Amino acid sequence: MNSFLALVRRDLGHAFAHGGAWLPLIFYLLVATLFPFAIGPDAALLGKVGGGALWTAALLAALLPVERLVRPDILSGVMDQLAIRGQSDEGIAAAKLVAHWLSFGPLLMLATVPAAALLNLDGATLMRLEIGLLLGTPGLAALGLAVAALTASLRGTGALIGLIMLPLAVPLLIFGASPGAGALKLLAATSLLFVAGAPFVAGAALRAGRS
Amino acid sequence: MTRLALEQVACFRGGRLLFEDLGLALEPGEGLLVTGANGVGKTSLLRIAAGLLAPAAGRVVRDGAIALSAEAAALDEDRSLFAALSFWARLDGRDDEAVALAMAAIGLAGLAEVPVRLLSTGQRRRATLARVIASGAGIWLLDEPASGLDAGALGELSAAMAGHLAGGGVILAASHQPLGIAMRELAL
Repeated sequence: MNSFLALVRRDLGHAFAHGGAWLPLIFYLLVATLFPFAIGPDAALLGKVGGGALWTAALLAALLPVERLVRPDILSGVMDQLAIRGQSDEGIAAAKLVAHWLSFGPLLMLATVPAAALLNLDGATLMRLEIGLLLGTPGLAALGLAVAALTASLRGTGALIGLIMLPLAVPLLIFGASPGAGALKLLAATSLLFVAGAPFVAGAALRAGRS
Repeated sequence: MTRLALEQVACFRGGRLLFEDLGLALEPGEGLLVTGANGVGKTSLLRIAAGLLAPAAGRVVRDGAIALSAEAAALDEDRSLFAALSFWARLDGRDDEAVALAMAAIGLAGLAEVPVRLLSTGQRRRATLARVIASGAGIWLLDEPASGLDAGALGELSAAMAGHLAGGGVILAASHQPLGIAMRELAL
């Protein structure tokens, strides 16, 4: 447990030390700023499509840190050193998942407040969006981690990561952006499935990558 | 009791059989220096001994914790050397004093606050050796530990290895250079 927390703290420190953790946040706010320019100053229309636009922005923002999640640690030998200390690959992946979510999930939720103001979203929509992001971003983080581990042995994977991850994220997008309590429950279920599965997928990928 | 043994181990990499039927046993206080030309499988042998690579045949018996010094430094570039080393020391259940002692033993005492990214090749090598010394592990696996080291550091490495063997530890090293310590040799 102690080593799990040490790994989470190290990854989190790493994400913020490079300034990389701020990129998804800035990207997300930038999309929220650009969107009204593209749609035009129709407040009613913006209020109607704004929620879906922010979900798409969140999805794309979650892609940004994926390339740096696993590959640098394999190249620098960190993964080898963890493995010889008896850390399980699944445990390492779970710690990375927690750290990855902490580095972008809460920040996106925070940034949603100004973003909602830019898109003229009402209070109820904002609340709905925040709950959706709280439930959905762990699923996005899990997808990101699994894809990062699967593509870790390849070079220049920026575009490939998007191609693999975005189709898989479609359920999160659908349930996150549609109204109603039923959609939230399905969003939570999808997210839970991804979070539960990702450490095993990523762990197996890390193991396979070593041989 | 620290012990490392490889029994009838074979290694198959990239469609080539690097070695087969390789056996070795290291009892407490024993060291073995693996020599051989580039590409004969010295690093693969060490990775098999570390459990990072599954042997194509045979088995590996390890009694005791492992410490590995390899080509990749595994130190976080933006942290200070001391912080980067103490991250590993904590995972090994060691305190900061062990890190400070190890750094002093390998001639890094004055560099504790220097960020890892500013270290030279030789200093990086020393840092990976400091992690091995600080780990308190019984089995040391050293891949080219002398590469990039100056004469002074080589002397400190020899002293650390001699101390480890005297304390009942086990060392499996692969090197092209003599390590300044009498050990059995195995030519791959």
